Amino acid sequence: MSVQHAPENPEVYGLMAEFDDPDRLVEVTRSAYERGFRQMEAYTPFPVEGLDHALGYHRNKVPRTVFAGALLGGVGGFLMQCWSAMYYYPHNIAGKPLYSWPAFIPITFEMTVLGGALAAVFGMLYFNGLPRLYHPVFNAPEFARASDDGFFLCVQSRDPLFDPEATLAFLETCGPRSISVVPY
Amino acid sequence: MAEIHHDAGVKDPLPPVLAPGHTYATVTSKISDVVLLRPLDWRWAVGMGIASSLLLIFGAAVANLLYRGTGIWGINAPVMWGWAIINFVWWVGIGHAGTLISAILLLLKQQWRTSINRFAEAMTLFAVACAGLFPLLHMGRPWKFYWMMPYPSTMALLPQWRSPLVWDVFAVSTYATVSALFWYVGLIPDLATLRDRAKNRYVAMIYGALALGWRGSARHWSRYKSAYMLLAALATPLVVSVHTVVSLDFAASVIPGWHATIFPPYFVAGAIFSGFAMVVTLCVPLRSWYGLKDFITDRHLDNMAKIMLATGMIVGYGYAMEFFIAWYSGNPYEEFLLLNARPFGPYSNAYRTMVTCNVLIPQLLWVPAIRRNAVFLWVISIFVNIGMWLERYVIVVTSLSQDFLPSSWAMYSPTRWDVMTFIGTLGLFTFLLFLFVRVLPAIAVSEMRELVHETHHEHAAHGGDRAAVEAAGEKR
Repeated sequence: MSVQHAPENPEVYGLMAEFDDPDRLVEVTRSAYERGFRQMEAYTPFPVEGLDHALGYHRNKVPRTVFAGALLGGVGGFLMQCWSAMYYYPHNIAGKPLYSWPAFIPITFEMTVLGGALAAVFGMLYFNGLPRLYHPVFNAPEFARASDDGFFLCVQSRDPLFDPEATLAFLETCGPRSISVVPY
Repeated sequence: MAEIHHDAGVKDPLPPVLAPGHTYATVTSKISDVVLLRPLDWRWAVGMGIASSLLLIFGAAVANLLYRGTGIWGINAPVMWGWAIINFVWWVGIGHAGTLISAILLLLKQQWRTSINRFAEAMTLFAVACAGLFPLLHMGRPWKFYWMMPYPSTMALLPQWRSPLVWDVFAVSTYATVSALFWYVGLIPDLATLRDRAKNRYVAMIYGALALGWRGSARHWSRYKSAYMLLAALATPLVVSVHTVVSLDFAASVIPGWHATIFPPYFVAGAIFSGFAMVVTLCVPLRSWYGLKDFITDRHLDNMAKIMLATGMIVGYGYAMEFFIAWYSGNPYEEFLLLNARPFGPYSNAYRTMVTCNVLIPQLLWVPAIRRNAVFLWVISIFVNIGMWLERYVIVVTSLSQDFLPSSWAMYSPTRWDVMTFIGTLGLFTFLLFLFVRVLPAIAVSEMRELVHETHHEHAAHGGDRAAVEAAGEKR
């Protein structure tokens, strides 16, 4: 589990500050980003608008993955039907042409949706690195509130600008409910 | 979005989508305590007891079917589709409201969906599970169901892609898969909430494993929201396509009363109609038993009643259109069936009851006082459920039992095994639903927290507007 130990702070994963209000968290995150912090992450009980951008996260790969999955499903489904009806098991039904593409549309559509949906779910889980049952942030006291009414910002020790005292002092100026050290 | 302004602005008799005074913490505790802290309730125990008994009846009916074959049902030579197909279409239709609420209303940013989407999705899933059983059992040899799947078989056989019945296999199995994925993805953050709040270590471990280690990271939420919205966008046309394909099972044939272009839209509207009726049927007792009236308010019931009214009118239009086309096309078989056999023939009782339940009784919903009265609405929704079942009965049975040649006509009546199988799936559905409200949050907690956040913002914005207006008035 100790893949990303920072050499200078091997015991500390980061500093975790808790805020009462999602809008306050976005402001603090933005100012931390402006100060140069990059290796940080925010934890909230529901999606907070603009928080990902405040963290400097812009490139979401999920939509492209879904498009690829849907395309793969649709093209694959259509070709499967063509191959089976025209080459593998050609069968004359009521004089209909072997390549009767309009009849293939419903299944092509269903396979498009299925491919896209599977790509959406498994793509999202893959990019999020889930399932991952253990994570250092769970060690932070009161972190259970991240699924209730707590809004957390964690500045990680692997950030080049991370300095236990200076970072703590900076977070204290932001008016958090509490600050805690997150061990590995 | 406009929904939320009602409580703050113009006088509105209805409560807002969320009762005032809720914070993130109250929403979380109120919903998750229903799962984690609630003691065993006698109503739940009685309901579960009834559901389990019906499930046993289902087991007996299925066991006998597997032992003796489909001959135990009332199906005969012309009426080869009996209760199995009626029940299949009815159950699939019920599922549709769940996806509609969760997907289409999500894309349209309708905030009132938030508190009903979770259990409506659960309802979808369980209804589709019940629906899927019927075609499987109707095959008579359910263990050979995989013959309908494309797989590299040693018999070198593949499904007939031009058949609507094969389209149905793909449509329903895709629908079941996508509904399950959509439901599970929506549950992940709430499972994390339950994990964090559970006092019992083993309970926490089970929820923790199901939550996959969700920790609410902002980057995760960003990807999660994309995935969720895209699933909704994919599910929306899927809902329409599933019932369209189900209707093509009928419409692609040449049987009088089935071979109609009105079928796809009319089936889809009927599905939404019956689905919303089922949501209301389940919603009204659920919110009063578990004290969730703050979240499932009368506004929700009112909105659902309006949707039922609208889709009920579309269904009524479908009935009228069937008559018109039968007369206008000049097809004697169609004319006989629609103008004689259905309203005046041997199954006229079913037809007339259907029209009463689906077209006449829902007209009461025009009256706001009836629409906003939970008890009245609940009774109407049960009539709609019955009426929509009868609609499928009328379509399947009348057309098949009196088609082209009077010499090949035969009457249809179900046997006790038909009834037992149907009642058994009602038991299965109720059993799963009772289990669901006990072990999973019946309302999406993280979405409710988001709603609290948005409500605070809207109130702030609205107060600001009013201050600005007042200031402008003073200047004048």
